[in-house]
Amino acid sequence: MELTEFVIKSLVILVIFGLTLLIAMYSTYGERKVAGFIQDRLGPNRAGPFGILQPLADAGKMFFKEDFIPAQANKWLFIAGPCLAMLTALMTSAVIPFGDSIRYDGLEVAVQAVEANIGILYVFGIVSLGVYGVMVGGWASNNKFSLLGAIRAASQNISYEISMGLSIVAILMMTGSLSIREIIEQQHGGNWNIWYQPLGFIIFITCAFAECNRTPFDLPECETELVGGYHTEYSSMKLGFYLFAEYINMFISSAVISALYFGGYNYPGMDWVYAQLTSAFGDVAGHNVATLIGTAAFFAKALFFVFFYMWVRWTLPRFRYDQLMNLGWKNLIPLAILNIVITGTGVLFLKPIITALLN
Amino acid sequence: MSSPTIQYEYRPEHFANSEPNKYTAATLRREEMVLNVGPQHPSTHGVLRLEVVTDGEVIVDVVPHLGYLHRCFEKHAESLPFNQIIPYVDRMDYVAAMNSEHAYVMGVERMLGIENDIPKRVEYIRVLVAELNRLASHFIAIGTYALDIGAYSPFLWLIRDREHILRMLEWTCGARMLYNYIWIGGLFYDLPVGFEERCSEFIKYLKPKLTELQQLVIENKIFVQRTAHVGVLPLPTAINYGCTGPVLRGSGLRYDLRRVDGYSVYPELDFEVPIGKGEVGTLGDCWDRNWVRVAECRESLKIMEQCLEQLTQNYPRTRDFNPQAVVPKKIRPKAMDFYARAESTKGELGFFFRTDGRSDVPVRCKARACSFHNLSVIGDISRGALLADLIAIIGSIDIVMGEVDR
Amino acid sequence: MNTTYLPSDFLPIVVQFGLAAGFIVLTMIVTHRIGPSRKSKMKDDPFECGIEVKGDARTPISVKYFLVAILFVLFDVEVIFMYPWAVNFQNLGMLGFIEMLVFMALLLSGFYYIIRKGVLEWEQ
Repeated sequence: MELTEFVIKSLVILVIFGLTLLIAMYSTYGERKVAGFIQDRLGPNRAGPFGILQPLADAGKMFFKEDFIPAQANKWLFIAGPCLAMLTALMTSAVIPFGDSIRYDGLEVAVQAVEANIGILYVFGIVSLGVYGVMVGGWASNNKFSLLGAIRAASQNISYEISMGLSIVAILMMTGSLSIREIIEQQHGGNWNIWYQPLGFIIFITCAFAECNRTPFDLPECETELVGGYHTEYSSMKLGFYLFAEYINMFISSAVISALYFGGYNYPGMDWVYAQLTSAFGDVAGHNVATLIGTAAFFAKALFFVFFYMWVRWTLPRFRYDQLMNLGWKNLIPLAILNIVITGTGVLFLKPIITALLN
Repeated sequence: MSSPTIQYEYRPEHFANSEPNKYTAATLRREEMVLNVGPQHPSTHGVLRLEVVTDGEVIVDVVPHLGYLHRCFEKHAESLPFNQIIPYVDRMDYVAAMNSEHAYVMGVERMLGIENDIPKRVEYIRVLVAELNRLASHFIAIGTYALDIGAYSPFLWLIRDREHILRMLEWTCGARMLYNYIWIGGLFYDLPVGFEERCSEFIKYLKPKLTELQQLVIENKIFVQRTAHVGVLPLPTAINYGCTGPVLRGSGLRYDLRRVDGYSVYPELDFEVPIGKGEVGTLGDCWDRNWVRVAECRESLKIMEQCLEQLTQNYPRTRDFNPQAVVPKKIRPKAMDFYARAESTKGELGFFFRTDGRSDVPVRCKARACSFHNLSVIGDISRGALLADLIAIIGSIDIVMGEVDR
Repeated sequence: MNTTYLPSDFLPIVVQFGLAAGFIVLTMIVTHRIGPSRKSKMKDDPFECGIEVKGDARTPISVKYFLVAILFVLFDVEVIFMYPWAVNFQNLGMLGFIEMLVFMALLLSGFYYIIRKGVLEWEQ
């Protein structure tokens, strides 16, 4: 890897990192505004115009709060918990292709930290590490509510990981690649996976809700039973990290959903736009502008799903623990396997017939 | 600059017996764990403390510990004249103060023997405000129940609608929650001019909202899953524990003091007493109790409509109408033991009076709090349930700690 | 798309890790420094709804959770088996599909067994 490319890559990483944090910050604001809208009230509107500075005020408050560690807690694990949660949340964005590529000085650099041929596996690997943050934090608190919340979180996350993995298998069968970029490229031209994988999509998004501990699966932190769940004992920025990690995970999972099922940075009519731009601005600048528009489309899709998360949260009640596990084990896993069988049959039998008919 | 270290005084002996436990390390089995739910817990509806013995997530036993909101209502009542007790009655069930006042005032009026002298207009106004308050109380019950189950929005919707009620009640007597509006022998004021119109407008506004609420919460699939077959209270158990109100009616007994006793003007009004039918689950489960509350809201609207009709047509506002005309100058009942009861929002609210006939203050005034009796059933119906169900069960019983502890 | 990857291609992940770790450590240190610190014995107790805590919270927990964990390991390994198959599915064709059907039938029979054994009954 050459130095210029490396520098550009690093810049891309920096920008995506910053954007992730910014989006996570403003998701908290967005959540409260959406909640306000749904609940027929205003939401935050005091800090700045329309309360736009509210996240900054919240972050400032978090910083100045007492950094409280209970006497009976395991001090280092107590600190490590939120750090781990945050770290895993921040690492996931590395393999997600947020856009096509940037041309600069004869180089073509993808808008992605790492173009890895195991992209989707990397995401899964990091996401499943995320449960350690919750588990370690909940256990270290030495509090019964925290421990219950942590155990719930752990068993919930691992249960839903299976069906999540199975629902992805169907996509892999169609694309034949683990690279997220390649999955996106194959959806070029309105050929989105959602048309072929509606069942897989429903399974995946359900599991994504469960993995992010969002309503209706927010049992680990469910306020009405376990007070604060695994973060009962946390305060100051450590609590902030847990909440922040949740919002980052939400954004990342939304990005993965839009990459896997909704064509990522593809949008209708993008070839036409590309041709117009390159003819208007030249090969390099036009390409870069087209990439930018694609990235914007990607973010729009991802943010729509972030909104969807919030919409669901303020509408539905939450499941009970046994119902959640039953849904995960007894419904989603058989459904996901069925989806694989259907996809396999479709690819093997229907695809040749349809291709023959079309020709 | 380092902040000063404040060392609060801590003496274990002060706390040794202040928080008694039924279960100790000696009486617990190995896999059991004691979990204190409350007093500082978001879903115990106040400062209820439940000592919960769990095995994993399954509840082995629940022991309620009371007294965190004890405010000596009964002792206070022994040193106050009858009319000055009313504000204290308000503070018992603070979300349904009008209903408590109504029960108390009727009791004193009967002791004085003036219950038949009360003008009809006063009676209709009493019933109207009591039913308004019943709506407000049920809104709190249903809303916080949805909150316990995990749905946030219905709670705020209901709080929004409750706000209209509170504004109307504030308009009548100046207070939002603790009214002191119903007096012995009458009312504080007549209804303000325009109240009837505003009230009928509110009823028109609320009817579609109730349907909306039923679709969003009560018929929601997850809600049904969470509440059907949960916390089943069989009718014999309910009767044995002395449960009343929606908790008893949820178990399928058509027992409503408004019909059974027929006090005030309720016999002249047309309304149903909804009971649980076990439509989606077992008879007497949490869903039934909640459904009864929602159905009661509709019935309350019906009652209010009839009251408004009477108030505008048969007993309209007149210039010389004095709501305090029958208010006795001196409230001194004869020496007797007397028990008066009425249907509050949560069940039978009763007052037992013992008077000596010589003074203005009761010798004894004991309240039979419906929340207290309803709460006593909790250990029986939550054994074997999951921890999440316990929250659903507490919510479905709809306790107000102010009334439980008095 | 290149098909061969050098270890250096994964260098940006190290950059991202460094960035994330640096951000976290810095934030932690800053918040620890600028927040107040007032300690007392009552306050440092773990929260249990205002009641004095008796004993350790780390009591033995229900075996159900461990069963879930073990089942997860079993099933996840099998899901991992499916990944290489799924990637090469279109090359393997019919034979691969039938093989996987057999594999999944075995998986489902095991799954049926654990359901019948009542491992996934949470109410008891």
